[in-house]
Parts: sequence; structure tokens; C-alpha cells
Amino acid sequence: MAEPNGHDSILSVRGVSKYFGGVRANNEVSIEVPRGKIFAIIGPNGAGKTSLLNMISGFYVPDAGDILFEGKSIAGFKPNQIAEHGIARTFQNIALFRGMTVLQNMMLGRHVLMKSSVLSAFAYWGAAQREEVAHREKVEELIDFLRLNDLRKAPTGALAYGLQKRVELGRALAAEPELLLLDEPMAGMNQEEKEDMVRYVLDIAEQRGTTIVLIEHDMGVVMDISDRIAVLDQGEKIADGSPDEVRANPAVIQAYLGAGHGEAA
Amino acid sequence: MAALEDTLPGLMLRNARTRPAKPALREKDLGIWRTYSWADYADHVQSFALGLEKLGFGADDKLVVIGDNRPRLYWAQVAAMSLGGSAVPVYQDSIADELAFVLADADTKVIVAENQEQVDKVLSIRDQIPTLQWVIFDDSRGMAHYDDAILKSFESVQDDGAAAAASHPDAFAGHVERLGADQIAIMCYTSGTTGKPKGVMLSHGNLVETAKTFCAVEDVRESDDFLSYLPMAWVGESMYGLTVSLFAGCATNCPEAPETLERDLRELGPTGFIASPRGWETILSLLQVKANDTSGLKRWVYDTFRKAAVDGELAKAEGRSPGFGNGFMRALGEVLVYGPVRDQIGLRRARWCYTGGAPLGHDSFRFFRAIGVNLKQLYGSTEVSGLVSVQSDDKVNPDTVGPPCAGVDVKISQDSEILVKSSGVFKGYYKRPEATAESFTEDGYFRTGDAGILDQKTGELLVIDRAKDVGKMADGTAYAPQFIESKLKFSAFISEAVSFGSSRDFVSAMIAIDPLTVGNWAEKNGVTYTNYMDLTQKDDVRKLISDEIKRINMTLPDAVRVKRFLLLAKDLDADDAEITRTRKLRRAFIAERYAPVIEAFYANKQEVDLRTEVTFEDGRRSHVEARLLIQDAA
Repeated sequence: MAEPNGHDSILSVRGVSKYFGGVRANNEVSIEVPRGKIFAIIGPNGAGKTSLLNMISGFYVPDAGDILFEGKSIAGFKPNQIAEHGIARTFQNIALFRGMTVLQNMMLGRHVLMKSSVLSAFAYWGAAQREEVAHREKVEELIDFLRLNDLRKAPTGALAYGLQKRVELGRALAAEPELLLLDEPMAGMNQEEKEDMVRYVLDIAEQRGTTIVLIEHDMGVVMDISDRIAVLDQGEKIADGSPDEVRANPAVIQAYLGAGHGEAA
Repeated sequence: MAALEDTLPGLMLRNARTRPAKPALREKDLGIWRTYSWADYADHVQSFALGLEKLGFGADDKLVVIGDNRPRLYWAQVAAMSLGGSAVPVYQDSIADELAFVLADADTKVIVAENQEQVDKVLSIRDQIPTLQWVIFDDSRGMAHYDDAILKSFESVQDDGAAAAASHPDAFAGHVERLGADQIAIMCYTSGTTGKPKGVMLSHGNLVETAKTFCAVEDVRESDDFLSYLPMAWVGESMYGLTVSLFAGCATNCPEAPETLERDLRELGPTGFIASPRGWETILSLLQVKANDTSGLKRWVYDTFRKAAVDGELAKAEGRSPGFGNGFMRALGEVLVYGPVRDQIGLRRARWCYTGGAPLGHDSFRFFRAIGVNLKQLYGSTEVSGLVSVQSDDKVNPDTVGPPCAGVDVKISQDSEILVKSSGVFKGYYKRPEATAESFTEDGYFRTGDAGILDQKTGELLVIDRAKDVGKMADGTAYAPQFIESKLKFSAFISEAVSFGSSRDFVSAMIAIDPLTVGNWAEKNGVTYTNYMDLTQKDDVRKLISDEIKRINMTLPDAVRVKRFLLLAKDLDADDAEITRTRKLRRAFIAERYAPVIEAFYANKQEVDLRTEVTFEDGRRSHVEARLLIQDAA
């Protein structure tokens, strides 16, 4: 299997394992995520995709192996520390403050970048106000980018599912991450919502230069937009490569369709 | 050489000299209203114009703008005029095929497109526009990978122009001073209810004189704010959004996006606002839906004072005194209800509010006037620069469109056609001398094609219908389809109606329901539905519309009452070419497409199978098949 040699990796996962009691969620998984690319992790249910993402974002601590971000080990860091390093994520189940507006949710995403102390924020006027204005400007650019202009002041909980997903994406982007982790960004969406989301994912990579790691079940989408794909099955990586390489890989076909089938979905 | 005040770019230079710091344009961008002063406006136009000149744009060339109302699209238009060329605003929601005809017909040299979507559309039809040399885009989002040599960014053109302005500071003013009032400033394409669209050539003189006429009727002030959201291709936008602003020095405001219009209207609180009858109906429906959803006490207060206001308005219209009690109620209502409601919809500061293009229902009209919105009918057409008559503030009869403005000469022909002579009457259809000749009478009046009556007593004009649509029923009764359709559309539940009756024994109608109000009604009455088509097939909904038609029939003369109707499975749509982009019915096309329906109406059938083609916004097509039930409105 071709390793992305010569590429500059932003994220290296090296032989990472995770056990829950006797259950092996991940076993010595290694991936190299090239900078500025869209990297997909696929696999059947229970393959260990989300637990891998949870280790990268600091929700789980790996039992073995190491995770390097920009060449620096981040394994075992807390989620907030990882966020401060420049990794943001969205969740499979939407994680937003339902009672707050779209704008407020996205402003929260900038929390990691805010410098004002609690004390100066209480005083508000002066530095804290200037900071707030600057952050608001960045969030407004994102609102425009994600076409949420008409929903700025709408309570998030009242929005359609596809829109909530988009707000969550905005909340993650507000932190201006170098690396964006998307856990099934298109799950449960209708065709139109999916097309929109694909457009945004591509635009984020192209226009903002953000590296994206995504977990996704829709094979059509994955094959279309990913630069590289890693395939997990029962906690282990069974393939890694370009969409064409992965599509032709016998181990992948076996995992997805069982023996005797000619081609992956 | 003409005076500066005679041309649009000249007026801009005058404003930049006499009121440089006053606001000229505002745009809501990134959540904030950003203001451009007249000095900024002139700067932007100057640099874009000189940049255009470098690209080879000059006298008599045509520049097309396509997109939502954005400051840069205004500047591009004025810049094209500054060089002696003409601006051609086109409908931004046109599908590619429609657009190809207009762009080719106009001999387009430069297109200024708002964004990637519009650029893609233009590039897909560039082979059909042999004269096209440049496509300039405003928003660069998503444009990074386009390397077509025909494309340029708005900034790059302006940068080149700014460099030229630095080395030749007088070049731009020189261009503007050489302009004459008779040069063609704008070409607006007619919506084309029959045949292909025609380019209506309007000169600087047409536009400026019409703005002058308008400002003589209305007290337009420098401090006024106008909300610009109607399509730029519509003549009203060129008149009221562009020319009146240049003439009076007031500000034009561009909303953030079409979806944010409601909120932007409220934030801005414009002093001038124009909406189609449909727009006003929508505002009213939204108010009604909100009132229905509020608490019992608030609803009671709203209903009580609404009734008091409408009663008072009715009394005034009938020349009765509303009485002391009503006067007291309305004074109290102003504080408790009317003021807050006007504030909610964003019309608290509005001094001139208009509707036009089609009649607005009496009830809606009266409601807005009753709560203190100075809503008036305005009548005009593209060929007369968008202005013939306006209702006066104190005398508003919902049936008429008011008296012709001072300086507009109106008369009615033998066949009841409205004829107009004014300084706003256009210079002709582009490259269509025969069509131009046909549209004028021998004594030089423009034939509007509308049938109407000029009331000798009050001097007010009454518009009946398109002259060619007025027909006779089998028994010889005069039949004006639009008259009946307007009455039907006054119902909050009916969005569009098409009536038939010419040479027939009775009148029948196809109805498209309003999904917002009917949907709301269905929820309230426990009728469950999935989509528009499903809603139209509910017995309860048919009963609802049947009752509405019965009620409306009471207001119609016996002979033209609607006897049979059916509910369409989809709304009429401009993408399907059933209506124009300004929502006028294309009758010939509809009659052809819905021929089985018309046949079923008069063959006394109870149902009809209809297969209609639907076109999506991107031009793809699909079919909808439905069995439609025909209903008798006893």
C-alpha cells in the first residue's frame, strides 16, 4: 500500500490501540493525513471509526501508540488542549446549545481564541469590546460563507436538521482550526442537504486551506470528494489509498460485501 | 453639450459635489449596514468606468448586469452610461435559455455578474452571444479555479481604472460632460407575455424627466431611504432605485440577501417602499398568522382595534363621519396596535408606499391604510419609464390608479385603450422599428395595450385589463379575465387564478392555492398533508376554496360568475413559462398547455388527467401527473 511519501503530513496516527474492557475498538491503527487534503475514514458499523476520531480529538486516551499533530505528540491531551492546538470537530449527534441563536453558538466556537480574562470581560469596554467586535466580524464572514444570513438570530433548536448540521460546522470552523474532524456530516440528510454539505466541505478545503478528516457512510460522496481514504474493519485498518486504489482493493470488497462479489459499492 | 442635471452620471457628479458626505447607497454586508456616500459612489463609478474603457467599452456599447441588487451592479450601470453606452439589467432568476435570447438580442459586449452561479449560467451560453467580450464578476467566492480569459474580477477592472484616474484626473468628468439627454441610458426587456422579449430603449431624458415628474407629486427628500429589492431588470427599480435616488440625492438600500428581506426591512425602516400586490398580501398573511398564534388577550386587542381602524377607513371612503367613539378607539389604537404593527413590519417611517402591476384586494388595501401605512396604487409600464399615474395621499379609491401625473397626457382610444404621451415615453424597441411604429398612434401617443376608463369627474384612471384579453362571452357579455382573476386572488387562500370564458356560455377558473395560508388553515383544522399537491387534493381544502369562490361570486355580475373550477397540482411558475418574471399570465401558452382542462370544463366532465412539465431552477425538466377533480361552484 502506497504511503503518502513526499507529502507533508499534518496528522500522523501511529499504531494506536483502544480497548474497552475486552472489546477491542482499535488495534494498531496508523494513518497519515496530508496537509490541505480531504481524508475519509470508512468502514462497516462498529469498525472503530468514531473511537479513532475521539482519540484524535482527545475524548479518549489511546491505550497504545502515539498521535502527532504538526509533528508534536498530542496523545492523552484533554479535548480543550487539543482544540487550542488547532483541531476542531463536529459530532455524529448534533452538539449545539439549542436555546441559543445561530450567532451565539458560533461565537462560542471562538472561545478558544478569546484572550480577555473574566475580569476584563466584566468591565467589557476597552480591550474586551474590541476583541468581541473582531470575533464577531470573523463569525459574520462564516455566516456569509455558510449562507446562514437569514438565520443569524434564529434559535438553533428550531432549525431543520440539515441546517443544524451546518451551524455545527460553522461552530467548529469558528475556532479557525488547521484540522477539522467531521463525524458523519451527511448522516440523515436528504439529497439536497447532502449536496449542499458536500459543496461546503469542498469549499472549506479549497478556500480556507483547512485539512479535513471525515467519517462518512455515503460511498458516492466519499469517492467523489476524498483525496485519500482509510478503511477500517473490526478495529483494524485494512486499506489506505486514493479512492481508485481503495475501490479496487479485495480486502475492502470482502469487508463490505462478503466474499464472491466483484466490486465495492 | 447638455447640463449635468440632464443625465444620470451627471446627476451623480452633481451629488458628489453638492452633498459628498451624504449617504447614497447602503448595503448590508456581514451583518452590518455599510454606507457609501455620494463621494464614494462617484469614486467607484469613475474607477469602474475608466477600467471599462481600457477593456474597449465605449459609446453605444451594451453592458448587462445580472444579479441581486448590489451596489456594484448599480455602479456598473452608471459607469456604462458615463462612457456613452447603455446598461441592460436582466432578470437574475432567468434560466439559461431565456437569458441567451436577451443577451444576444442586446448585442451585449460586457456582462457584470454577481456571483459564480450567474457566471456559470453566462458561460454556458456564451457561444450564442457573438458580441460578448468580457464577463466581470462581483463576488469572487468559488471563482479561484476559473481561468477563462473572458473573466475579470470587479476589483481588477476598478484597479486599472483607478490608475487611469490618477494619471488623467479629468478624463471621467470629460466623458460625463459630453453625454446628451437623448442618449440611451438603459434598455429594459419587456416581460414578454406574447412572443419574444423586446428591448425598451429609455434615454437619460426619459428617466430624469420621469423622476422629476415623480418628485413633483411626492415630497421626496434628500434624507429619504428606499429599500431596493425588486429585480433590477424591472423598470421600477431603474426608476425608483436608481434615477430617483440620483435626482433627489436620497439613499438606496440593498438588503443582505433575498431571504433576509423581512428582517432588513424592519432594521432599515425605509421612508419609501414598493411591493407587488403579492408582496403586500404576504406581509398581511404573516401578520395574520402571527396574530393567530399569540395569546388570547393580545389577539382580542389586535382584532378589536383592527376592526375599529377598518370601520373608520370605510366611513371615510363612504364620506360618513366615523363618529367620536371610533375616533377615540383609533387614537388609542395608534398607541396600542397600529404604531407597533407598523414598526414590526418596518414601515413606521414610510411616507410613500406603493403597489402596482395588478390590483390589490380591497380588504388588504384598506387594512394597510387603516393602520396608517400610506399605501397607494401606482400605474406605469416599461415603455413609459414606469410612471403614468399615482393616487394622491388623501384620495385613495382602491378601484382606480389615481389621476395621471402632471405632465403626463393620457387619453382613451375608441376601443378603450389607454394612450399616453409624456417625456418618459421610450425611444423605441431595440432593432424593432416595425414593433415601435405599431406601438404609437398616428398623433404620437404610446399605446399601452391596457383597456381603461378615465373618470371625467374625478380625473382618475381606471385600468380594466389588457386590451387584447378583453373578449365577449357566447351571449355577448363583455368578459375581462383579469378582472375576475383579481377578485379571486383577493382571497388570502388563492395565490393565482386563470379564468376562461371568451366565446363560452359560462366562466370557469383554474386555481392555484396559497401554500402558506392554506397550510396554516389545514394545521388549525386538523387536516394533515405532505406537500403542495397533496394539499390540493384534500376534500376540506376543496370545500374551503369552493366557499371562497361562492363568496367572491356575490361580488361579480351574474353573467361572469365562476361556475366551475379546479385546483392545480402546482403553482404557476415563471420557470415553466406559464407566467412572466413579473408574474403576468401568459394566456396563449397556458391555454395550450392546459387544453385538456379547458375541454373538460366545457364538456361537463368531473375530472381530468393532466400531465404537466415542470422546469427546475437549473433548467432540468420533469413531469407531474395528476388526476384533477372539477368542482361546480353552485
